[in-house]
Amino acid sequence: MLSVEALAFGYGAREVGAGVSFTLGAGEVLCLLGPNGGGKTTLFKTLLGLLPAQAGRVRLDGEDLSRWSRRRVARALAYVPQAHAAFFPFTVRAVVLMGRAARLAPFAAPGRADEAAADMALATLGIGHLADRIYTEISGGERQMVLIARALAGEPRILVMDEPTASLDFGNQTRVLEQVRRLAKTGIAVVLSTHDPGHAFLCADRVALLHGGRLVALGTPEATITRESLRRVYGVDVAVVPLPEHGCSVCTPILA
Amino acid sequence: MTRGSAAPIAAPGARRISAVFRACLAVAGLGLLVLIALVAGRFPVPVADVFAILAAKLFGTAPGDATAQVVVLQVRLPRVAAALVVGAALSSAGATYQGLFRNPLVSPDILGVSAGAGLGAVLGIYLALPVLAIQAMAFAGGLGAVAIVYAIGALVRRHDPVLTLVLAGVAVGAVLGSAISLLKVLADPYNQLPAITYWLLGSLSSVTLGDVFAILPAVGLGLLPLVLLRWRMNLMSLGEEEARALGVETRWLRPLLVAAATLVTAAAVSATGVIGWIGLIVPHLARGLVGPDFRRLLPASALLGAGYLVAVDLAARTIAPIEVPLGILTALAGAPFFLWLLAAGKRGWS
Repeated sequence: MLSVEALAFGYGAREVGAGVSFTLGAGEVLCLLGPNGGGKTTLFKTLLGLLPAQAGRVRLDGEDLSRWSRRRVARALAYVPQAHAAFFPFTVRAVVLMGRAARLAPFAAPGRADEAAADMALATLGIGHLADRIYTEISGGERQMVLIARALAGEPRILVMDEPTASLDFGNQTRVLEQVRRLAKTGIAVVLSTHDPGHAFLCADRVALLHGGRLVALGTPEATITRESLRRVYGVDVAVVPLPEHGCSVCTPILA
Repeated sequence: MTRGSAAPIAAPGARRISAVFRACLAVAGLGLLVLIALVAGRFPVPVADVFAILAAKLFGTAPGDATAQVVVLQVRLPRVAAALVVGAALSSAGATYQGLFRNPLVSPDILGVSAGAGLGAVLGIYLALPVLAIQAMAFAGGLGAVAIVYAIGALVRRHDPVLTLVLAGVAVGAVLGSAISLLKVLADPYNQLPAITYWLLGSLSSVTLGDVFAILPAVGLGLLPLVLLRWRMNLMSLGEEEARALGVETRWLRPLLVAAATLVTAAAVSATGVIGWIGLIVPHLARGLVGPDFRRLLPASALLGAGYLVAVDLAARTIAPIEVPLGILTALAGAPFFLWLLAAGKRGWS
């Protein structure tokens, strides 16, 4: 469905990364791992068409995304930014409703069908009770869920999530990862970045390791997240321990 | 802003009815204020006479007292009409700028609009041009200043575009301000300087109904995109990147909205001079009343701004034996209020 071909990305003339290629199918979860400054966010912005690609291309169903209007891109790919403090105290319902923008004509305001889609998105994530709360007054974990709901309200095919678990507590991290898995089961493809290799074991079908702007590994979590690969990328020692009874592995750093 | 969370969840129908009710209440309040402004003043005209005079004008019935007629129709009505239009215009523009630039300090004074319009008008007065030409120059100055600010913003591509625009506006405003000062030094201290000073402080005292009609098309033309794009304004307040990710073509939407708000501001300033603080304070107040959703914030700001300026103008011509320039009153009322907003915090801004 989505194919990224020899993508080079960066700001203006400055190259942040190059030669990145991968594909993503419906219902697939791809987890992007890599140190800070490795180019994860820049890659996401280029995927979403917010930054022009320096070379290569992003295709959806074979069509070059750079030729699409912002509206058309946004209908296919939804962006979930890190939970932030919004500027104005909008209600949660109003924030989620904004996810409908790409489905509306330029001068149109959302109608009943859009409000129903927003409420549906809130219900899907089990946060319908937050609808009338003020976005700036809810917790960070709740905000992250609301931003996911906003993305879902636009009925996208692909979710692009920039460190959705960053700055969340342990419980909320787990709940966000659970939602990622649930959404993937409904056929939505997800690309997410995280700082915790363990998260990749929990939710990802495939893992991409991004280091210095290059993809140094791409494959299943078990094949990609190894002592050797993580030492190379992060420069630290880790232990990867399979938990056969849970069908996943844990990854913990070893202190020198 | 705890209204949303404290109130029980109302059905959409009930919400809509209460919104309509509140809108009616606001319009009724504004009407009452307009009536008071027509009644009160150095020469009080009884309410019944005001109605009789307005009816005489509209339906050709028998007019009453001739003096009262002149006071209401020639003196007060133009001022009230101008206050309504200019107050609504500056407040709508302020609400738009604040949303677009996500900055509580942003007002029509930013982006050099007011300074540009001021320089245009002062130059017109200095060159002893006719009134209409002075207004045209104020208008051109305001639009020109924004064009320069925007050009600088387009040239400096490396930084946050919003911050660049705001800072460029401050710098261009400073340059224009110094040009205004230079003209004040050069101007004839007996004929021109008082006119310049009076104009820079803003006043409705010499405004005519003709002036009001003259700026209506520009105000209407500027308000049209704001009304049509009222919901998209919510998305613009998320910031450039998020708005684009949600499918908004900010590349044409942002310049369009800035141009619209500037047109509205320049038109208002060209008729009445620089009336500061309204575009800064009123949107804050409106946000406190109806929340940040631009679909309600725009009409609320317009109504509140219209009422605010009618009230301030009423005060300007009644509190002292001589008429106090409006700009002095709006600043005297606005600045402490703004400081209170800062201290109270959290209301409207997180």
